[in-house]
Amino acid sequence: MDRYDFKIPIGPQHPALKEPESFLLTMHGEKISSMTVRLGYNHRGIEKACELQTYIQDMYLIERVCGICSHSHATCFIQAVEEIAGLQVPKRALYIRTLVAELERVHSHLLWLGVAGHEIGFDTLLMYSWRDREVVMDILAMLTGNRVNYSVNTIGGVRRDITAEHIPQILKAIDTLEERTKYYIQIATEETTIIKRLSGVGMLSYDDGVHLGAVGPTARASGIDRDVRRDDPYASYEDVKFAVITDKHCDVYGRAVVRVLELMESYKIIRQILANLPDGPIAVKAPRKIPAGEALSRYEAPRGEDVHYVKANGTDKPERVKVRAPTLANVQVVAHMLKDRYLADMPIVIAAIDPCFSCTDRLISVTDAGKGTKNTMTWPQLHSYSIEWHRKSGIDFSELNKKFKVPGN
Amino acid sequence: MINVFFNILIFPGLIFLSIFGLGAEYFDRKLCAKLQNRVGPPWFQPLADFIKLLAKENVIPNQADPTVFTLMPVLAFTATLTAFFYIPLWQTKALSSFNGDLIVVLYLLTIPTLTFFLGGWYARSVFSMIGAARSIIQLFAYEIPLFLAILAPAMMAGTLSLSEMTVFYGSHPWLVLLNLVDFVIALVALLGKLEKTPFDIPEAETEIVAGCLTEYSGRLLAFFRIAIDMEMVVGSSLLAAVFLPFGFNFGFAIGFILYLVKVLFVVALLSLARTIVARLRIDQMINFCWKIVAPAAFLMLVVDLVVKGLISR
Repeated sequence: MDRYDFKIPIGPQHPALKEPESFLLTMHGEKISSMTVRLGYNHRGIEKACELQTYIQDMYLIERVCGICSHSHATCFIQAVEEIAGLQVPKRALYIRTLVAELERVHSHLLWLGVAGHEIGFDTLLMYSWRDREVVMDILAMLTGNRVNYSVNTIGGVRRDITAEHIPQILKAIDTLEERTKYYIQIATEETTIIKRLSGVGMLSYDDGVHLGAVGPTARASGIDRDVRRDDPYASYEDVKFAVITDKHCDVYGRAVVRVLELMESYKIIRQILANLPDGPIAVKAPRKIPAGEALSRYEAPRGEDVHYVKANGTDKPERVKVRAPTLANVQVVAHMLKDRYLADMPIVIAAIDPCFSCTDRLISVTDAGKGTKNTMTWPQLHSYSIEWHRKSGIDFSELNKKFKVPGN
Repeated sequence: MINVFFNILIFPGLIFLSIFGLGAEYFDRKLCAKLQNRVGPPWFQPLADFIKLLAKENVIPNQADPTVFTLMPVLAFTATLTAFFYIPLWQTKALSSFNGDLIVVLYLLTIPTLTFFLGGWYARSVFSMIGAARSIIQLFAYEIPLFLAILAPAMMAGTLSLSEMTVFYGSHPWLVLLNLVDFVIALVALLGKLEKTPFDIPEAETEIVAGCLTEYSGRLLAFFRIAIDMEMVVGSSLLAAVFLPFGFNFGFAIGFILYLVKVLFVVALLSLARTIVARLRIDQMINFCWKIVAPAAFLMLVVDLVVKGLISR
């Protein structure tokens, strides 16, 4: 860092970020020389909270890990629980889960397309793709009753069945979306300013992608041919035919191409599922107490591979739940991709991994490497720190403090 | 004397320009919304925004230079207003004119960008300082093409007075066609001047929040906003006077309506441009302006010289 370098804080509050997260950029003119990511502004303690509630309650809690891929997290968790309990989920339920999963992927990728457009200052793309996203949101609301947080899963199956009236409506919506998606593919591959802003930006080579553990479309755009849906099929992905989209561009442009082409694959999957929907029950009865055991469940969320680990101890509450959201795997590559790039590329490079920071946030404690001191505070310490801070600006709360007898003082 | 005050303060001066500026902003926003398949704002939205901002608290950052910080919006406002007086609107004669007023108008239109730079720079926040640096870099990219694009028609007319230029093109209407390429160049440069997509780099929201205007709030921001609106009208009026010089001889009523139509046409072209492209990066913008736009403007200057030589022979 020389004397002309300066630091820009991107976040925790910044227009480019939809959620609080801090990126501290060291700039050299318009170029980024280094970047540090600071997680932890959105930590909600969901993993811990899961241990305090029953499995059924946890399902609704886990769904709220992410607002966009809520079905992904819920299904991933439920799969682990069902594996421990040894439940045979009916085929129809698995089909419905897959259907909702793919509709969710459509809605997530269309949302990403809009966000990407906004980040490069192309608001028309944002308005168009979010308008079309409403089509799939309406279908999801019709099927599950909710636009987000569908709560369609239950342990041992699903809660809502698809009726015969639903199928033509879904097919019609898919036709509309397919036509629009073709238009977006055309825009993404032909519009000069988009190509100028996306190609060559945020390069991630195949080797770097493997070493840094990239997942999902971010990895597939670097030629890493990985998709849990094909490699380790869950739900009813064994029964459907689809292609895993990969791309050799290794940049943000490649990621955009992978996502719009994945939309087309999702439409294919949805059509196959609706054509082959088996009859039968939609759920089996699940025990309230899950026998002791542990399971790891993998799921291809729209953003990449989602991993849930559940450990049961024979009661109706899990002993440990661990969530590895896809953004946690991808967030490491951002710093690598931004090195020596322009400041103007920062929003789109961050957006290109389709980040979901609330899924990713972990409680961290900062340790000073030189002194070995931990930068954590207990409640009384924080309390006296705040009193001291206010006293410096001329407001004295210490009298009030004595009056209320705050513990620790 | 009263007449002069009326002209400066009410029509076609301050009041008219402010109202027309807000109207043009509404037209721009509504058209953009329609093109983007949105509903868009109601007609009074720009005025409501202006009044709301006037009522808000004026925050001057501790580290900012208060004099420069407060002076800049007013300077931007007055510079655009002054430029307006030298542009022929609905008749061939502007409110005030002399040989060389074209240069004065172009320089007065540069002042708002300089005020963005100074205001942003003296606000002393990282975002506004990057925005300030970017707006001054961008100024160097679009200013030369704009000057060349407007110089070519002026050279053809053999005068540096906007009013005399409109008289010349009134008697040689076919020569206007020769300036069509210059019109496109000037539109591109005006997009840069008004900091609209694809050249909204100095105020790229997703990168540097609001660029130079990040620290501005309340009345000062209101004045900057209305100065930008007025700059849009003045810039469009300049382009209309130079590149669309027809309909000046039909009296006040028709001429005035024609003037409004011409300005709104230019504004519509600007909104169309900003809906169909993405924002460029600053290096791409400079490359584009210096490698494509400026050489094209030079080429048109040469073409105009040759044509002028052929005509005068």
